[in-house]
Amino acid sequence: MNNHSLAKLTNGRAVKLDAIPTLEFEGFKQAILDGTAAGQRVSAMFGDSTEQADITQLYVVMADDEQNRLCVGRTQIQGDKFSSLTPDCPQLHLFEREIAEQFGLKPIGHPWLKPVRYCHSKTNRDAWDRPANESILPAVGDFYQVEGDEVHEVAVGPVHAGIIEPGHFRFQCHGERVFHLEIALGFQHRGVEQAMIGEPTNRSIHYAETLAGDTTIAHTTGYCQAIEALAHCQKTARAQMLRGVALELERLANHVGDLGAISNDVGFLPTASYCGRIRGDFLNMTALLCGSRFGRGMIRPGGVGFDIDAHCAADLLCRLDKAEKDTANAVNLLWDTPSVMARLENTGILPQRVAVELGIVGPAARASGLVRDIRQDQPSGIFRFSHIPVSACDNGDAFGRAFVRWLEIQRSIKFIREQFAAIPAGSPLVEVGPLAPDSFTVTLNEGWRGEVCHTAITNKQGSFARYKIVDPSFHNWPALAYALRGQEISDFPLCNKSFNLSYCGHDL
Amino acid sequence: MFKIILARLRQGHQTMKYPDGPPPKLPDRFRGRPMLNAGNCLTGCDACVRACPTGAIVVKDGRPSIDMGKCLFCGECAKVCPQQAVTFSAGYQLAAHQRQEMVVSDNQPARPNDIAMTRDIRKLFGRSLKLRQVSAGGCNACEADTNVLNTLAWDLGRFGIQFVASPRHADGLLITGPVTQNMHLALKKTYDAVPDPRIVIAVGACAISGGPYIDHEQVKNGADAVVPVDVYIPGCPPHPLTILDGLIRFLGCGAPVK
Repeated sequence: MNNHSLAKLTNGRAVKLDAIPTLEFEGFKQAILDGTAAGQRVSAMFGDSTEQADITQLYVVMADDEQNRLCVGRTQIQGDKFSSLTPDCPQLHLFEREIAEQFGLKPIGHPWLKPVRYCHSKTNRDAWDRPANESILPAVGDFYQVEGDEVHEVAVGPVHAGIIEPGHFRFQCHGERVFHLEIALGFQHRGVEQAMIGEPTNRSIHYAETLAGDTTIAHTTGYCQAIEALAHCQKTARAQMLRGVALELERLANHVGDLGAISNDVGFLPTASYCGRIRGDFLNMTALLCGSRFGRGMIRPGGVGFDIDAHCAADLLCRLDKAEKDTANAVNLLWDTPSVMARLENTGILPQRVAVELGIVGPAARASGLVRDIRQDQPSGIFRFSHIPVSACDNGDAFGRAFVRWLEIQRSIKFIREQFAAIPAGSPLVEVGPLAPDSFTVTLNEGWRGEVCHTAITNKQGSFARYKIVDPSFHNWPALAYALRGQEISDFPLCNKSFNLSYCGHDL
Repeated sequence: MFKIILARLRQGHQTMKYPDGPPPKLPDRFRGRPMLNAGNCLTGCDACVRACPTGAIVVKDGRPSIDMGKCLFCGECAKVCPQQAVTFSAGYQLAAHQRQEMVVSDNQPARPNDIAMTRDIRKLFGRSLKLRQVSAGGCNACEADTNVLNTLAWDLGRFGIQFVASPRHADGLLITGPVTQNMHLALKKTYDAVPDPRIVIAVGACAISGGPYIDHEQVKNGADAVVPVDVYIPGCPPHPLTILDGLIRFLGCGAPVK
């Protein structure tokens, strides 16, 4: 059961499109089911139009973490429907909803077929048979409902009480207890994937940088690696190292911020206040590298947009030392305070079995005991040479998700120090040639929320025929909904912050 | 308890002196207010125009201008200019009342715009401004750097500015994002729920012009397509200092314009 029928790829390498086998639908389905049964994950499944209007191609990218390989296959769907794989493979549910929405294909047998981003399809079909001239209102439609005495529904959003992105949440409650939470997103949909089609323009890199503003480095690295793979471009070790450092700085800033936010949501203000500030210190380290706190301009096709000199490296290391001490001081208060621990432990449990079934990635998966980390499993760039141990714990609760972040903070700091101890020589940026025609590439990177997957397919002219982005939040939103079952509704902010998912990365 | 007190002593007082003292140090590579020296321009050269991802640079009669409302501050124009006619300065005071005040041409405007609100509005909001934040598309970076103002290093509360949980409690909106079709109605309803008189602040290239998503069919090209905007704060995203400067100079309690 080794996905014999799927092509084997390496993260960040391009192959000719012909090398991706086109399977019969049954074989395609079996390959996915065999793969997940053998412990693989679905990193992406997406549609692509063909020259014939009634034929749609479906691609699947499976991550075989044990073999450090990716398995890729495709199938052709004739007409406007296909048999849903979700009942046998729950982690496909959102991918199938997305295919239904974008291509007007009905996944027959899908248990809860709803739109994902509330937009019109790219074809003249519609999976819900809505008239083409009718506008589609976000989050309008069926919601799962519980009926009975004292059962009530709480609706929140899209505009939230704080400075938060828009999303709509429906809680089915019995008193304070949540039976079920359903999340409707799509408010941030701004058409990025569609705009990436065609030759890369001078705006493409900015789309990559703003897929999720807090994950600029991971997404831009994914995009640049796709370009470099298709253009057969070799980056220097120096550029790879600087990309790795920028990625870990991004992780540090966000993890520290999250620990502060978690602490705020359990009402423990000391750590909340300190971490809010220390997060800024890490963002300012990224700004030291490239002038932008979010890493705008840092990652460019062919390497990095900004080089580092000895003075800058020394300054950054000095700030890192100080921030490390401040963070340790602030964060360790959490584990030493019984009232904080009482709120974190056993809140929002995501059992390992469910995490596997839903295909959860990143710190949320590692907090449920899954040892999955792209930096170890499918390493690219500097992570092929310099390893960061995977941080995991078995709790699966809010404490687990907080503690995994703390472990990762310590290891990322160590990594940056190691990198700066021996900065490789070389040019930060090399020339990138034209993209190879009729090719296919997948790039995976471990962003701070988890796996960032970019898939690019080029046409005869060597421009993008399809560009598919899967943000880790796309995998993980269902985990938040699951974790809230049986919780008090007042625990929602804490559960939400313990995942801290992206709306814009999901909505694209 | 003892550890918490020790930590409190260790972490110390971190709120910045600004605006009474100097602003926090910006990084050397910071890209602030663009400067144009049209005298350096070569006839017929449009390298900067071609490099600009959002069409922020226009050359008219041989004189270039940059619209900060569209600018992503990526610095590509400065990189490709053979004559160093475009540079990005450390100027962080970028806010403006009017859309056209953000157009920089040949070192004009040389000073940050005057954005103080009118006297009767200041009488109402000058000492207490409650804002409702609406994120209407975009990438969450503007939201993140607005949120930073609530941390103790920036401490927005000391100016009487607070983000509130309901439009009914608010004196105005702070809008980020290009206003997606899917957020259009929610933004309009939120605006309608804010009692009059109300103000609107648009933060970031997206909320001003659509930013990188300008002219996508899924977006409205900025907040002023839906609601009237009183203050624009450019950037992609604006530095927290730029946002803070915009807010407090609007209230009339900011650092003097330099």
